Amino acid sequence: MSPAIPILLALALGLIGWLAARGRAWALRKQVRAAGKDLHSLPNYHGWYVALWILVPALLFAVVWAATSPGLVLAHVLADPAAAKLPAFGFERDAILSEARALASGSTDAVFNQSARALVEPFREGMQRYALIGTLVTVLLGLSGGIFAFLRLRPDFTARTRVERAVMAGLLLASLAAIFTTAGIVGSLVFETFRFFQFVSPLDFLLGTHWGPDSMAAPTHGVENSYGALPLFWGTAFIGAIIAMLVAIPLGLMSAIFLTQYATPTVRRWMKPLLEILAGVPTVVYGYFAALTVAPLIRDLGHAIGVTSASSESVLAAGVVMGIMIIPFVSSMADDSIAAVPQAMRDGSLAMGATKSETIRRVLLPAALPGIVAGIMLAVSRAIGETMIVVMAAGATARITANPFESMTTVTYQIVAMLTGEGSFDHPATLSAFALGMVLFLVTLTLNFIALSVVKRFREAYD
Amino acid sequence: MTNFHDLDPVEARIAARGVSVYYGDKRAIDNVSIDISDEYVTAFIGPSGCGKSTFLRALNRMNDTILGARVEGEIKLDGEDIYKSGMDVVQLRARVGMVFQKPNPFPKSIYENVAYGPRIHGLSTSKAELDEIVERSLKRAGLWEEVKDRLTESGTALSGGQQQRLCIARAIAVEPEVILMDEPCSALDPIATAKIEELIAELRGRYAIVIVTHSMQQAARVSQRTAFFHLGKMVEYGKTSEIFTNPREERTKDYITGRYG
Repeated sequence: MSPAIPILLALALGLIGWLAARGRAWALRKQVRAAGKDLHSLPNYHGWYVALWILVPALLFAVVWAATSPGLVLAHVLADPAAAKLPAFGFERDAILSEARALASGSTDAVFNQSARALVEPFREGMQRYALIGTLVTVLLGLSGGIFAFLRLRPDFTARTRVERAVMAGLLLASLAAIFTTAGIVGSLVFETFRFFQFVSPLDFLLGTHWGPDSMAAPTHGVENSYGALPLFWGTAFIGAIIAMLVAIPLGLMSAIFLTQYATPTVRRWMKPLLEILAGVPTVVYGYFAALTVAPLIRDLGHAIGVTSASSESVLAAGVVMGIMIIPFVSSMADDSIAAVPQAMRDGSLAMGATKSETIRRVLLPAALPGIVAGIMLAVSRAIGETMIVVMAAGATARITANPFESMTTVTYQIVAMLTGEGSFDHPATLSAFALGMVLFLVTLTLNFIALSVVKRFREAYD
Repeated sequence: MTNFHDLDPVEARIAARGVSVYYGDKRAIDNVSIDISDEYVTAFIGPSGCGKSTFLRALNRMNDTILGARVEGEIKLDGEDIYKSGMDVVQLRARVGMVFQKPNPFPKSIYENVAYGPRIHGLSTSKAELDEIVERSLKRAGLWEEVKDRLTESGTALSGGQQQRLCIARAIAVEPEVILMDEPCSALDPIATAKIEELIAELRGRYAIVIVTHSMQQAARVSQRTAFFHLGKMVEYGKTSEIFTNPREERTKDYITGRYG
């Protein structure tokens, strides 16, 4: 019996309940209207009220049952004398059990492991029994809920307010889903980070200057000096917050100024969407643009100007391409906040005999500054969390240097490297990925928080 | 045809002849001629949309900032055509200042607001000189006593009436010849309005002042010359006392007696 059956039954019951309650409400309305009064709520609301009382308990139970019944079935099988011959633990035991289950449910008929045959019958029996129980309880819950609700219907019953409350609860649950997911992610991050710090002291991690985890070595080997993440933090900041911003801030600001102040409406109509396409390019495409086009160019440039250490993977290549990727973030925030400066301010300055560029420099930019700063912060938080470009173009060498022609690694690169290796999940090398993720999360969270509060204060200023 | 009253001959600071202003294909001002003198405050009155603000903005070329706006005819400032090619708009606007409907101080300190014009036009060579200009301008605008102890505070933190006087001080700071005021009191309460009107009376004679206003009482109180605009035409121009007591045109009389507008 399929798990869909109880759900379908519940839905059918709900439909019946809806129709019955609405019919009942119609009949009630006829009576009270004859007496010159009216129902508190429209008949449809009575229908929904009863339908909800049927569907919510029945479906909740069906979902819970679908999750718990396999365990009950398994317990039933293991209680069978045939199960005594099973190997105690390990792969073989699991393989036999899953094969027997597949046979019992009819999704296969070939058998690889003959000892599975003996378990088919107990499985079939257990599955049938628990499916039957599940279906019965679902229907019973639906019925009792429906009857309880149906008996409450009266002409002055406030079905509308109750249904509205249920709708609100549904919407609340939907919005909580995202929050709970975030909380779950943070929770697992915190948990794994905590485990990492049982191997490595937080001070060594945050302030150490040598990064060289070895996932194949013994877990306690070299924990004092191979988990210093400072080179990663420096690499991340150098690429994402320094080089990328050196590219993105001037270009983004200037394009925003051009688009809001100098471009004719036609030019603006064409250029703004074209600029925003940049934000839609998948980061992996930027990644190979950085690795295959920009990085060799920069290496050759480095050699040409006499930097012999210039490597084919460089901080400069990753940073420049990341800066280009970030331009739309900076320019669209700057664009919005420049456009939000009241026209009166612009007119006031022009009427004083200021030129256009004086007006922009002395009045528009200062007034729009909070918004621009917020845009830059969001851009930085995006840049330091960016992964693909640095994986493809920045390199894997952890070092602290100010030479932009050398390769350098970042937090995100190391997270990828630590988690895609063969290390096990109780090894500090793998766990270090979570600690790095935690640091990154806290930094971007702080940046976003500051940016949003700046924007909020700025918006209030002109209302 | 515009009905000109017999006016005493005065030396015109601004002389407009046959001026029409277009927004795209729409004609907002049709063939207006007028002389504006230093000695008087000139008021432009008329119902909403009659073109009085458009004409005012033509006098310092603020319409240039509006896409598709075009001016025909001739406007001379001290005998020089301000629409001739090669005219420096920046210089023109330093000579013809403007105060707007809504107070629009820059989000800077009170001091910096007034110092803005002198700075961009390089009017001072030292800090002391700039301080002097700021103080003089604020005094003329009647704001000095109220703000002298808090010049570093933001101009936007002042009250509406103070903000508007700050904007007047800002305009005065570059020593313009003409000050254009576009409904300067429409966003202010009666007390702040009275202060601005007093200020206009004090400034009269030092600068040629043109004020656009919706309030006929205000025109009567502050101006010596009044021009009545209707549907893009200047209907009547003359001494304020005559326009209000003895208008020659039926439309002027109707507007002044409140029959429309």
